[in-house]
Amino acid sequence: MTAVGVRPGRADASTGVELLHEVRRRRRRRGLAVVLVVAALGLVVALVAASLGAAAVSPDRVLAVLLGQGEKVERFVVLELRLPRIVAALVVGWAFGLAGSVFQAVLRNPLASPDILGISSGASLGAVWAMLGLGLAGIWVTGFAFAGGLLVAVIIWAVAWRQGLHGIRFVLVGVGLAYVCGSTVSWLLARGDVRQAQQALHWTVGSVADVRGDDLAGLLLGVAAMSLVVALASRLLTVLALGDDHAASLGARAHGGRVVLLAAAVGLVAVAAAISGPIAFVALIAPAIARRLVGSGGAALLASAVVGGVLTLSADVVGQFAIPGLMAPVGIVTGLIGAPYLLWLLARTERTRA
Amino acid sequence: MTPRARTVDPATRSEAVSLEASAAPGPSADHPVGLAAEGVSLGYDGRRIIDDLSLRLPAGRITAIVGPNACGKSTLLRGLARLHPLEGGRVTLDGQDVGRMPRRELARRLGVLPQSSVAPDGVRVADLVGRGRYPHQGWFGRHSSGDDRAVAEALEATGMAELADRPIDELSGGQRQRVWIAMVLAQQPEVMLLDEPTTYLDLAHQLELLDLLTALNRERGTTIVMVLHELNLAARYADHLVVMSGGRVVAEGEPARVLDRDTVHGAFGLSAEVIDDPVSGGPLIVPIGRFHSAPPVTGRNAGSESVAS
Repeated sequence: MTAVGVRPGRADASTGVELLHEVRRRRRRRGLAVVLVVAALGLVVALVAASLGAAAVSPDRVLAVLLGQGEKVERFVVLELRLPRIVAALVVGWAFGLAGSVFQAVLRNPLASPDILGISSGASLGAVWAMLGLGLAGIWVTGFAFAGGLLVAVIIWAVAWRQGLHGIRFVLVGVGLAYVCGSTVSWLLARGDVRQAQQALHWTVGSVADVRGDDLAGLLLGVAAMSLVVALASRLLTVLALGDDHAASLGARAHGGRVVLLAAAVGLVAVAAAISGPIAFVALIAPAIARRLVGSGGAALLASAVVGGVLTLSADVVGQFAIPGLMAPVGIVTGLIGAPYLLWLLARTERTRA
Repeated sequence: MTPRARTVDPATRSEAVSLEASAAPGPSADHPVGLAAEGVSLGYDGRRIIDDLSLRLPAGRITAIVGPNACGKSTLLRGLARLHPLEGGRVTLDGQDVGRMPRRELARRLGVLPQSSVAPDGVRVADLVGRGRYPHQGWFGRHSSGDDRAVAEALEATGMAELADRPIDELSGGQRQRVWIAMVLAQQPEVMLLDEPTTYLDLAHQLELLDLLTALNRERGTTIVMVLHELNLAARYADHLVVMSGGRVVAEGEPARVLDRDTVHGAFGLSAEVIDDPVSGGPLIVPIGRFHSAPPVTGRNAGSESVAS
């Protein structure tokens, strides 16, 4: 096995190539299977979400409605009341999951996700300020969310860059900024005389409860555009994940590529947070689950996005129906799932360092 | 073969040097220059580490760069690999200015193994080695049959084919280092630059790795340039040895001609005997510390010492 020496030879080379194909096929099949299974699970959860509620609609009636049949009441309940919320949860979760996997791969740190780093809080702050401070709406809110998220990213970069983006330092800077943004959001909400607890919760912990159909078009468009940017730059991610030296010596434009990928990820977070607020931990845990499932050592971009969507939708369903009479926004549920994982991750980081 | 002290007589020594020098006039004649530094200056945060250094690295051969800690050898390697910006001078590959080469073209010709390589968690051997094809691939990174052949060959050459589907984290240190070398190999470069490739490896694995690099050099003609810590391994494996100290090249050439007591003392501040390596016939440095020097066993030395005290 410890063959030292260059062994060319036709037979060897072709069996080697076949072995390589076999290995790659196996990995690809696993990745595809993960995406399909999780997506199927998502469909089931979506069906459940569409049928549960004050006016129960049985799953087969939901399907009928989706196929263009059904009574007027059913159609209203499913299509007008529940579908926007379901789609919003899936798409927002997709955005957070994808953004998280990009951040973690580019920064080579499983802790470095946009929610931990305060990017989501920065985006929420931007959105809240645009709405309550400046009285803006629509695309402007998204624009301000993007500016808020980007500002947090730039501040982290400026403060922590010289020590390098490795290790815990820049994560702590981000955690600090997340607090600053969160507190400012609370202050703006208090000053803006936001009476409704639901709305305040929306911007502090994240919720998809009051998403309307009109909001969805912008969300879908924005997330699709940013996902496309990430997909186009994803090849770069395979070498950026090896570190700057390797990326540069493999001929990649490491610095520029990192900026493009992170900006696209901030864009994803901004578009999502402008609709849902900062849903805790989805960006942190969805990629971790996806990577574990796919098991290829890659960033598992597609799987992270799909897991993020299904996770967010499931959390929303649990928040609505798990405890009768208690409606918890989705961010509370993801927080309950994410906090233990974060603790485990921190404990593990400490152990591997020691 | 018994180890004997290398030439002590200064007269015969200088003669030998001049003879050899006329026989093999540096890396120009039958060994064309591949990579060369021309008046290169490098530094960190305004602090110069290397000032106006010129160096020619013979193509198709194995060059080892040695020197004490902080002598600038790794910095020089990073400068040669375009991983560290030059503050002056230029680096050329076959006469072409490396600094002006498109990065993909450079990456296809010059492979680099930096000092510490950390693979992403859970990445598999074949996947990592495949990433070496990055500079050869198009926008979407589909693996062509040429890519596959290069990766399969690299896995085969490094003895990693059987472990192609294993996660890197499950491998030993020596195997891991071979995977990284396979990745650079899949890049199919003419020149490979390696920064202390044997660090963290035990002696057996150090030899295995250097044997692998030698085989690559002999059978593929890949130019190997490596920074090495271990002087005796450098002396054994290098065709061309570059000794650095304080940011300058203090000696350069065939190990047998370069390594003597004065060079070792001058560069490392280390007293040593240089004897014939009983295995390779090349130079072997036997360092002399404050302790553990055997008292002279025979002859007048022992006697006179005892008389003096």
